[in-house]
Amino acid sequence: MKTRKNVKPTHYINYVVITVAAIVLGILSLVGALPASYQIILENIAIAITLAVSLSMVVGFLGELSLGHAGFMCVGAYLGGKVVYVLSPSIGEIPALLLGFVVGGILAAICGIIIGLPALRLRGDYLAIVTLAFGEIVWSLFMNSSEESFGGALGMPTVRIDKDYLFIIALVVVLICLAVTQNLIRSKHGRAITSIRDNEIAAKATGINVTKYKLAVFAISAFFAGVAGVLLASSNYTVQSQKFNYNYSIEILVMVVLGGMGNINGSIIAAALITFLDIKLQTVLTGELAVMQDLVYALILIVIVIYNNAPGLKAFREKYNFKNLLAKVIKDKNDPSHARDDEAKWDRVPTKIQMDEVLSVDVQVKSPYTPDKAEKGDN
Amino acid sequence: MSKIVLKTENLGISFGGLKAVQNLDLEIKEKQLYGLVGPNGAGKTTVFNMITGVYKPTTGRFLLDGEDLTGKGQEAINHKGIARTFQNIRLFNNMTVIRNVLVGLHNQPEFKCSMVESIFRLPRHFKTEKAMRERAKEILRVVGLEDERNNLSCNLPYGKQRKLEIARALATNPKLLCLDEPAAGMNPNETAELMDIVRHIRDQFNVTILLIEHDMKFVSGLCDEITVLNFGTVLAQGKPEVALSDPEVIKAYIGG
Repeated sequence: MKTRKNVKPTHYINYVVITVAAIVLGILSLVGALPASYQIILENIAIAITLAVSLSMVVGFLGELSLGHAGFMCVGAYLGGKVVYVLSPSIGEIPALLLGFVVGGILAAICGIIIGLPALRLRGDYLAIVTLAFGEIVWSLFMNSSEESFGGALGMPTVRIDKDYLFIIALVVVLICLAVTQNLIRSKHGRAITSIRDNEIAAKATGINVTKYKLAVFAISAFFAGVAGVLLASSNYTVQSQKFNYNYSIEILVMVVLGGMGNINGSIIAAALITFLDIKLQTVLTGELAVMQDLVYALILIVIVIYNNAPGLKAFREKYNFKNLLAKVIKDKNDPSHARDDEAKWDRVPTKIQMDEVLSVDVQVKSPYTPDKAEKGDN
Repeated sequence: MSKIVLKTENLGISFGGLKAVQNLDLEIKEKQLYGLVGPNGAGKTTVFNMITGVYKPTTGRFLLDGEDLTGKGQEAINHKGIARTFQNIRLFNNMTVIRNVLVGLHNQPEFKCSMVESIFRLPRHFKTEKAMRERAKEILRVVGLEDERNNLSCNLPYGKQRKLEIARALATNPKLLCLDEPAAGMNPNETAELMDIVRHIRDQFNVTILLIEHDMKFVSGLCDEITVLNFGTVLAQGKPEVALSDPEVIKAYIGG
């Protein structure tokens, strides 16, 4: 009763927006009113949102830095894409695609668990290095595969699913990914996950099974990255392994960080905007100006980061904050502090090694540090 | 004679050449309020870290209700029934007060709800969430934080943060509750209030309490029995008035 009463419009607005977008754009597309270029942009946006939301589970809620998200995607794109390619002549494109989602997702999830295992021991920068290495290993493996298996350097041929409706499938995938992520985060399990982020030592002492939750989060996150990989494979005629390099992982991370750590709606908006910007820059700046693409892209990112963080702009930010403006429109009777429940703070990007970790009790039993003796004023 | 909840036998740990704690024998009886005191660096927190699984003892063993828990992990020991608070507060700062307690309730068998049930929002999810919130409110009421439940825990004043840590530990339904300096940083009024709360917790939750404290008024007013440690060895054991007037103990504290 209480939980149902506490339902907030902001909790479900993202489903509504995406569903409406999928229906409206789907109808437009089926009557032929949506240009092909926009269909492609929509496909890419949907893929980016799936990636950003799944990564935000690891980075924003579990508090671990993963730089190998494109690696999971690569596994999904190649293995799931292969399934679609092999099976679509016999069972049709759509069933083959659905099967591809399952196979690609599950294989990526298995990789996620394998990468999650070191995550139990490593933290912060060290885990970032492991995941980074994983991402690089995956794409170079496919790069050096034989031509008959995965196409090697030439790329693997895939089935291009019809533009007219692939983006609708992609948006449905986004909805499923969102539902799983949000339902998980807004449950007792989500509390356990965020407790690990907030204070792992206390979480352990409170009896939270840290191993289980870390592996589960890595697996679910990798699953959706794999599914996004299958979508990417289906939106092209080939998959090129070079695409899944380090830069791509960083791009996904940028979406999560720009959207605000642990803020799913923020990640969605950031993913959509960055993808749109990226594609627009590629089409607008052509020929001689093509070299400017990355430059403009980087400049825009720098401006956003400065805007988000600069102390001088704090008053301005707070006055014209989206949340405050929204609050004027929708009067939220509940305590405003309640809404901040599952958000981390901006300055909690998990790259910094915190004092907690230096003093961590579970690094070594024979560590000369005792966890509770290190602070000043200890008497 | 009531039964023994925690028993340590020859418990000890050394870090390299440093013997932080040695030959510790404790017997804590059911519903007892047991104090662990000693000067700085005496090894009190190290004892806590051993019996909560943070450190693995190098010698000896400890038993909870007759079950040997030596060498088990922190999570496993918590599930068996030892909960603790920390000397330097370790709350989940980005969560509201009630959520901190809800995390403590996570492993209670009556609030079992698998991840799949939560993801698909099956009826049990809503049922457990509701029941957990009710239970969390009850626990917060005991420590007097019910009205603060929707505030972020990092915004609470220090004394209330300490109480919240106790509430979170209590939520795990422990047999033995270990409080590491619960009264540190509290003013005399708050300390007196805390004494009432600790007694109340013991009676209402049927829990045995082991606490570390430097406030001697607090210890002698509250504890049934104490152990005084210095340099990792036991100086005196017994009723507070007796143990604290032991000449060895006075020497360790005041010097001479």
